[in-house]
Amino acid sequence: MAEYNNTGPETRKVLMKGNEAVGEAAIKAGCMCYFAYPITPQTETPEYLSRRMEEENLIFLQAESEIAAINMVFGASAAGVRVMTSSSSPGISLKQEGISYIAGAELPCVIINVVRGGPGLGNIEASQADYFQSTRGGGHGDYRCIVLAPNSVQECYDMVMNAFDLADYYRVPVIIQNDGIIGQLVEPFEMHPYKPMFEKLPAKNWALTGCAGRKPNVVRTLYLNPPNGLEMHNRKLDERYKKIHAELRWSESFNCDKADLIIVAYGATSRIAKSAIKKHINNGQKIGLFRPKTLWPWPDVELVDIARKNKGVKFLVIEMSTGQMLEDVLLSLMDVVPKKDILFYGMGGGWNPTPDLIYEKIDEILK
Amino acid sequence: MNIIKTQPKSITTEATKYCPGCGHGIVLRLIGEVVDELGIREKMILTAPVGCAVVLYDYIFCDVIECAHGRAPAVGTAIKRVYPDKFVLIYQGDGDLAAIGTAEIIHAANRGENMSVIFVNNAIYGMTGGQMAPTTLIGQKTTTSPSGRTIKGMGKPIRVCELLTTLEETKYLERTSIHSVRNINKTKAAIRKVFQNQLNGIGFSLVEILSMCPVGWKVSPREAVQFIEEQMLHYFPLGVYKDTE
Ligand SMILES: Cc1ncc(C[n+]2csc(CCOP(=O)(O)OP(=O)(O)O)c2C)c(N)n1
Ligand code: SF4
Ligand SMILES: [Mg+2]
Repeated sequence: MAEYNNTGPETRKVLMKGNEAVGEAAIKAGCMCYFAYPITPQTETPEYLSRRMEEENLIFLQAESEIAAINMVFGASAAGVRVMTSSSSPGISLKQEGISYIAGAELPCVIINVVRGGPGLGNIEASQADYFQSTRGGGHGDYRCIVLAPNSVQECYDMVMNAFDLADYYRVPVIIQNDGIIGQLVEPFEMHPYKPMFEKLPAKNWALTGCAGRKPNVVRTLYLNPPNGLEMHNRKLDERYKKIHAELRWSESFNCDKADLIIVAYGATSRIAKSAIKKHINNGQKIGLFRPKTLWPWPDVELVDIARKNKGVKFLVIEMSTGQMLEDVLLSLMDVVPKKDILFYGMGGGWNPTPDLIYEKIDEILK
Repeated sequence: MNIIKTQPKSITTEATKYCPGCGHGIVLRLIGEVVDELGIREKMILTAPVGCAVVLYDYIFCDVIECAHGRAPAVGTAIKRVYPDKFVLIYQGDGDLAAIGTAEIIHAANRGENMSVIFVNNAIYGMTGGQMAPTTLIGQKTTTSPSGRTIKGMGKPIRVCELLTTLEETKYLERTSIHSVRNINKTKAAIRKVFQNQLNGIGFSLVEILSMCPVGWKVSPREAVQFIEEQMLHYFPLGVYKDTE
């Protein structure tokens, strides 16, 4: 068994694609295994890792399907090592069975979704139409995955490192919700050595290593006994999800003080929106941006706080979908903002907003 | 008094939930004996299938992972890659291996994963109450082929050993049965061989075991034994299909 390798090069500025930065971050964070199946627009990740993992003497395997890949993730995670897979929407749909088992078995892992247009084969344009799939569970049963949404190559890199730590800390799957734009984006970023989020992570004394000198470990999701065994298991998971919600809501706000309109957007959309907002600011208008960095747990407390501080403010949710995160915004604000003041702008199927389109939309609302 | 046999040390004292006359219990006992003889319990990681053997962890004293239906060969692949020196045992039924998990077993075999596979072929979906399996015989009545399986529309039963022989990275393939003492002893030898191969680093080795499911077949335990002898053996000939040593 190879040892974790944290001895990466010192911090330096490099130019890389989001999909490649994701791979490098995984290696630096001590990811020992990576299993995946090719699909656009994420294929740069398996291509990059096939080379780098061989160099580092780690385990790379191109699986026969996304179903096999996620079950390999299940096995490697149960064996107690850091493991990652990546795919894009149709492949993530196939992984949902496995993600449900991983969540049920309380195993840590990192899953990258470079979202593309759907439903079905859809297209290979950037999209945000997998928000429900990622934040609502996706597979069967009551479970949640932590979902992180980067909007730059730097964040792709940093969030993958965080994802491994969070997965180990809470023993849940962590999804990096990327989109075709951020995955394909090439921009400079600071490549630093692995920065652990926690001083100490819980020992993996549940891992399957052969039971030499201890009682056997069992990784399972079936709870037939006692009769309420599954209910007890669900209660335990529910407690954990509540704890995660209490401890881990990441968001970023820009220019939200005394704003007339606040745009709510994540991932690539948040960057495009910011360009439009800056143009309006130059024209003297008060427009802010609220960007969730964790899509689950959703930063509801933070958004409510902003709404309370800006009486009469309107919200405009922008998504590359027909309105999925919109539901979380409506739920969060239901007691503080009238529904008519929560507006939506977006479309699925590979529709991408431009700064000009958003600029005009803002104009239309503020008229 | 002379003690001739005792319970294998690697088998728990938990009463199995298998029906009277079920073949899974015999296979369990044989695994326990071979694990004890080879002294591999503490380096063993077992994958449990979805099927009547799902709670194998209640019966065997070793590290176990309960897999999704049919996915065990993918799960085992990863575990074996992480720990090449540990012993990975894949246990699957015919629905698990030859229907829903066809892709996983074929590709694990094709990659030549150094794992041992025990494939319990009882020609039925036992756990869900006796539906047609990919190995159900022509004419065999099940709850989803009430007039008997027909070639037209349902195809012929899949012969897994024969199918896998075409994959060049498979190293050992044998079909055995447990319908008589002589065959049980042969099955034990095959299990031993399949285990030993992994320990010796030989590669992908599988034993297909024809096994009784009186409840799924809706017959008595005695008739179940006869069913193997008189029906299954004709379609599923016993023997070593590949031995590349
Ligand atoms: C995805 C999925 N589909 C269906 C089932 C229901 N199911 C449970 S066991 C089983 C059949 C098992 O048959 P086999 O593998 O032959 O095992 P046996 O019980 O006969 O030993 C099925 C279809 C399931 N658990 N999961
Ligand atoms: S249903 Fe068949 S396979 Fe399952 S325990 Fe009963 S006899 Fe055995
Ligand atoms: Mg069966």
